[in-house]
Amino acid sequence: MATRILIPTPLRGFTDKQDVVEADGQTVGELLANMTARYTGLRQHLYAADGSLRSFVNIYVNDDDIRYLDKEKTPVTADDTVSIIPSVAGGRAS
Amino acid sequence: MLTIRAAADAGIRRHGRDAYPHECCGALIGRAGVVTEALALPNATAEGPRRRFLVRPVDYRAAERRAAERGGELVGFYHSHPDGPARPSQVDLDHAWPAFAYVIVAVANHEPGSLTSWRMRDDRSSFDEEAVVIETADRNQPDEHDETPWPPGS
Ligand SMILES: [Zn+2]
Repeated sequence: MATRILIPTPLRGFTDKQDVVEADGQTVGELLANMTARYTGLRQHLYAADGSLRSFVNIYVNDDDIRYLDKEKTPVTADDTVSIIPSVAGGRAS
Repeated sequence: MLTIRAAADAGIRRHGRDAYPHECCGALIGRAGVVTEALALPNATAEGPRRRFLVRPVDYRAAERRAAERGGELVGFYHSHPDGPARPSQVDLDHAWPAFAYVIVAVANHEPGSLTSWRMRDDRSSFDEEAVVIETADRNQPDEHDETPWPPGS
């Protein structure tokens, strides 16, 4: 069963302008892997070179940040809604 | 090119002045490619606001909601560079989102100066600068003005 994933404004250029996509997976990690296999342009904006989620990418399952759940191993079902929510950050060179 | 209503331009500059010597940040809300509103947001960084800014997910979500309520879109974000140039830093690039306009206002010794706009390339390699046009609202396009404080309760 597919789970809904809400796509934030800056990433919709990589999902054929859709603000919601669906993907299969039993965990958040599987879901995101299947989503980025289909929408490959998303990959570099979500993941760092070492394959971890970028620090300013926040993944919520319903209303909860997966950092406080089981991270990418957090289980999902078709009844859940997963959201990709940006933090917007910057600063001067260290 | 990024067109910014005069009232939004003034709002960004005022926020930069008020936050000095800290970095300020906020969302750019617009319609049909024109920034009609600069929505000031809290700088939530825990790494020192003189050199960092952070818009938390909760405030990002509020900005998306506000844009939807206005029948518009989230065009991007602005922030200030206290005593720095109006050019994005490597840290800005490392944290940037594609498609968004990144407006930077330089604030030197309390006074806002240059204001520039940048978009990151899709391959994340660099920013490209885009021209900024400040648009004075005419009678057919009244300024959107909202006295509601933001964030709520502030
Ligand atoms: Zn910056």
